[in-house]
Amino acid sequence: MNNLLTTEDLSRETLDRLLDLSDEFVEVLDREIPKVPPLRGLTVATLFFEPSTRTRISFERAAKALSADVMSFSPGTSSLKKGESLKDTALTLRAMGADIMVVRHRAVGAPWRVAEWVDVPVVNGGDGAHQHPTQALLDALTIRRHFGKLDGLEIGIVGDIRHSRVARSDVYAFATLGAKVTLIAPRTLLPRDLEGWPCTSTGDLDEVLEQLDVVYLLRVQAERGGATAFPSWPEYVGRFGLSRERFARLGEGAVVMHPGPMNRGVEIAPEVADSDRALVLDQVRLGVAARMAVLFTLATGRGLTREVTA
Amino acid sequence: MRQVMDADDVQRAISRIAHEILERHHGADGVVLVGIHTRGVPLAKAIADAVERFEHVRIPVGELDIGLYRDDLRRRPTPALARTLIPVDLTEERVILVDDVLYTGRTVRAALDAVSDLGRPEAIELAVLVDRGHRQLPIRPDYVGKNLPTSTAERVTVRLPEVDGDCGVWIDHEEAP
Repeated sequence: MNNLLTTEDLSRETLDRLLDLSDEFVEVLDREIPKVPPLRGLTVATLFFEPSTRTRISFERAAKALSADVMSFSPGTSSLKKGESLKDTALTLRAMGADIMVVRHRAVGAPWRVAEWVDVPVVNGGDGAHQHPTQALLDALTIRRHFGKLDGLEIGIVGDIRHSRVARSDVYAFATLGAKVTLIAPRTLLPRDLEGWPCTSTGDLDEVLEQLDVVYLLRVQAERGGATAFPSWPEYVGRFGLSRERFARLGEGAVVMHPGPMNRGVEIAPEVADSDRALVLDQVRLGVAARMAVLFTLATGRGLTREVTA
Repeated sequence: MRQVMDADDVQRAISRIAHEILERHHGADGVVLVGIHTRGVPLAKAIADAVERFEHVRIPVGELDIGLYRDDLRRRPTPALARTLIPVDLTEERVILVDDVLYTGRTVRAALDAVSDLGRPEAIELAVLVDRGHRQLPIRPDYVGKNLPTSTAERVTVRLPEVDGDCGVWIDHEEAP
């Protein structure tokens, strides 16, 4: 059995295969009866130790569209308040019959620990500021369905990259798929370990804006300390916000993406968020198909890394 | 490898199946051909071509991937899925599933489930190029290109121009695993 924990070690072949599968699940979700039977009898457990609505609902929708059953764990309503550990929670859900576990936790590496404790596939649903691989997959899917491929595209990721597991996951997936990625942020919001990331970085959005095919905006994560990294909000918005003026300067075919939740008027102007060149709702819609591809691959056959024969 | 049908034999079988479909349905109205990936798809198109030659009408042709409906998903490597593309609403249509070889019947069972999720046809029939026997399910074909008695140790290979370059049906003993 296998896990999906990070995009850093995913090969081009594996990514292509997951995206191809996702395309077929997009077709399934467009049907009058958007449900297929391959995971009948399996149970997907979502262990979300951090608040989340869209990611959890997306995973549950994906599991149900594959005919799996779903068990949900959230800290607000659980024995976590009584001091139960991550390990005991995972083992308890496994004992109740979880066949795949989706784990979100504020601590970096938590899904890896869970994968050591349980004998079923684990999906990282987001660990701290580290990785969120299914977000990267749905982002790559959104871009590939729009442009046909990622090879040669210029993708700029703008904002609080230091605190963003989305940025870290996206950079590796986009680069493996052949895109040229530029991180755009104040130095204080760039990751400390930037050497080795397959991308370049700049502090000047206006310098690179016109050459970008994709502008990928991130929220400033004030709850993780992101807002202390620059002098004032107006200065941040002035230098890094995608205003109407900047939006008008984008290349003809360029698109705007955002993983949500959006702070309108901060990193993205409201008119830009509502524009038909903003793919935000496509990302949400395609996220279900991408997660179906992940659950299907982990649940069937021999897992993610093995060669596939038709 | 022993050849049991050459390209002309395959074309004759396709033409005969096309005639039988037209005869049974009194024409081509309300008939939809659905090819099962991989080789059922070009076969369905070839049958539709033949019908068009005889009656100057074009039967809609769909393609169906049954990967999500297999009963052995957890016993084999994760399958690559092919496209499912049905050009018309199947409800109230007469659907003819098309595949190259009918063997255990499990593929057809999966295809019946898949079609049922896509609509509610008035009837579903089955056309195959080769029926080699050894059914494991109560399934029988309505149109057969060739009945080919085989043993389970034998392997039937169908090659079609669109997929394989050449065309014909061969039979040989499976190599020891």
